[in-house]
Amino acid sequence: MAAPKKAAAGAAQDKTNGGSPPEFTREQELKALRDMLLIRRFEEKAGQLYGMGAIGGFCHLYIGQEAVVVGMQMALKQGDQVITGYRDHGHMLATGMDANGVMAELTGRRGGYSKGKGGSMHMFSKEKHFYGGHGIVGAQVSLGTGLAFANHYRGNDNVSVSYFGDGAANQGQVYESFNMAELWKLPVIYVIENNRYAMGTAVSRASAQQDFSKRGASFNIPGKQVDGMDVRAVKAAAEEAAAWCRAGKGPFILEMQTYRYRGHSMSDPAKYRTREEVEKVRHDQDPIEQVRNRLLAAKVSEQDLKAIDAEVRDIVNASADFAQHDPEPDAAELWTDVYR
Amino acid sequence: MVTQTIREALRDAMAEEMRRDADVFVMGEEVAEYQGAYKVTQGLLQEFGAKRVIDTPITEHGFAGVGVGAAMTGLKPIVEFMTFNFAMQAIDQIINSAAKTLYMSGGQMGCSIVFRGPNGAAARVAAQHSQDYSSWYSHIPGLKVVAPYSAADAKGLLKAAIRDPNPVIFLENEVLYGHTGEVPKLDDYVIPIGKARIVRSGSHVTIISWSNGMTYALKAADELAKDGIEAEVIDLRTLRPMDTETIVNSVKKTGRAVTVEEGWAQSGVGAEIAARIMENAFDYLDAPVARVSGKDVPMPYAANLEKLALPSAAEVVEAAKAICYR
Repeated sequence: MAAPKKAAAGAAQDKTNGGSPPEFTREQELKALRDMLLIRRFEEKAGQLYGMGAIGGFCHLYIGQEAVVVGMQMALKQGDQVITGYRDHGHMLATGMDANGVMAELTGRRGGYSKGKGGSMHMFSKEKHFYGGHGIVGAQVSLGTGLAFANHYRGNDNVSVSYFGDGAANQGQVYESFNMAELWKLPVIYVIENNRYAMGTAVSRASAQQDFSKRGASFNIPGKQVDGMDVRAVKAAAEEAAAWCRAGKGPFILEMQTYRYRGHSMSDPAKYRTREEVEKVRHDQDPIEQVRNRLLAAKVSEQDLKAIDAEVRDIVNASADFAQHDPEPDAAELWTDVYR
Repeated sequence: MVTQTIREALRDAMAEEMRRDADVFVMGEEVAEYQGAYKVTQGLLQEFGAKRVIDTPITEHGFAGVGVGAAMTGLKPIVEFMTFNFAMQAIDQIINSAAKTLYMSGGQMGCSIVFRGPNGAAARVAAQHSQDYSSWYSHIPGLKVVAPYSAADAKGLLKAAIRDPNPVIFLENEVLYGHTGEVPKLDDYVIPIGKARIVRSGSHVTIISWSNGMTYALKAADELAKDGIEAEVIDLRTLRPMDTETIVNSVKKTGRAVTVEEGWAQSGVGAEIAARIMENAFDYLDAPVARVSGKDVPMPYAANLEKLALPSAAEVVEAAKAICYR
């Protein structure tokens, strides 16, 4: 057996969108910056709280991948559904779920989205059409296909956005779902967040076909590789995929080439990659810095950007405060919500 | 009353609920054009069309997940497994997604879904097609598990299962599909989930079973009566939630109990029933609870061995006599 190849250093070296993505308006840049910053600061705070012992169990941070959910969300409309795996905090914030409710769920408090009974990997919001937060790798792909099935059944024009990683992309039920989605022309965007590592296993060591946009080829599902570190590229690709779905043409696959800066979970020292690799992506491709630099080049003042930083920090600090002071669930909650 | 096969009673239950609620649909392998691998969905495609009677590819894990996802939005899928043996491919979605989501979401998001199909041993199909999953599913909080024996119960309980806001495992039995029974001729015959039925009254020993196990239990009761032993026979009908009260009240009267199941004894439903009797009626017992079950082997193919592997009326008679000290 050949020695496993070191993963390529750049997360998003393949730009197959053909040149630069469409420019954002100043408002779009500011919104993207704010939404991505909220996720980053929230995740940094979650990491701190985890370190302090306020958050237990598993905690998977989304730092580095912010442009994916924020760009996707910018292309969606009210009623579109979102479902993902266990690295889900960013998705929840992007759909507009309240930071207090998410953070309080991480700390297992009664004000959490699941009343403290779900934790980091299991949160939901009917109101925001967020269908979880699923801890079994790949399960959300069949479930998300079911959300699309429901849209098709009801004859509405909603689209289901089903996120999963490069690791989950090797699960069998993903392909069972692809088959049904194309067979029945279900409106589902499969967003493969390729962050180059399935836990500690580099894509090159786990995937025979590393171009994930081709994973639907044998079902005739179109796919596209996208620079997942550029929020504009993500939004443009999302719009194309959503239009495809809403036109009744069936599913669409978007491979988002992205990168996670932190370990797989809080307990992962990430010894399977070099510090230089992480630093290079941070330096060259950081999704937030890209937007910030464009805004500065467009003469947005440091002052205005600092105001966004401050607003985001306030939200995050308030959520951390809430999540540490909100009471734990009442003991009687143990027995509720098993049946309805 | 109308005389119907269990197959027809199940079909009518689905058709009535589909007429009543446009959110109800049925999906599974061969349910539409083929009219059901065991003809349980006969005529549904013709009445409701391909939008609501959906042939799936052979992809149990995938379509179970699709069904659960659809149910999370408020639709009410009936997912047919050609047999529950194949549902092992899908059991992650049934347990991790269907059964746990209501709890994990703090009550925000659950799913109203029925997983149904034949369970347990058919005839001469050997180990991989003959397993009884009663104890597997009845282990899981968040699921309801129904396993009817009679045609009337098949109809009334399936209607209740489809209306239930929780995931329901509806265990049918291939051997019973062709059996006929009297079904009440009512516009809306619904039987509440969670209630056992005393099928035969008696004072000497309680025999508890469900689904095809009732075949052995009732035959045994006839035999025992010839020897002057009056058995009270309880058809559990629902395994979760289990109607402990009906079991315990009967055992308080008879002082003796035999459980009958086609599944294996270890960690089986009979073991659970015995524990509940011990916990709730220990002082009333005149003898240890006896279990009759499938033998602790994979189901063999050869006709003689298959017969030996399954429980029999004779074994039930023997067990009942033993605890009656006769």
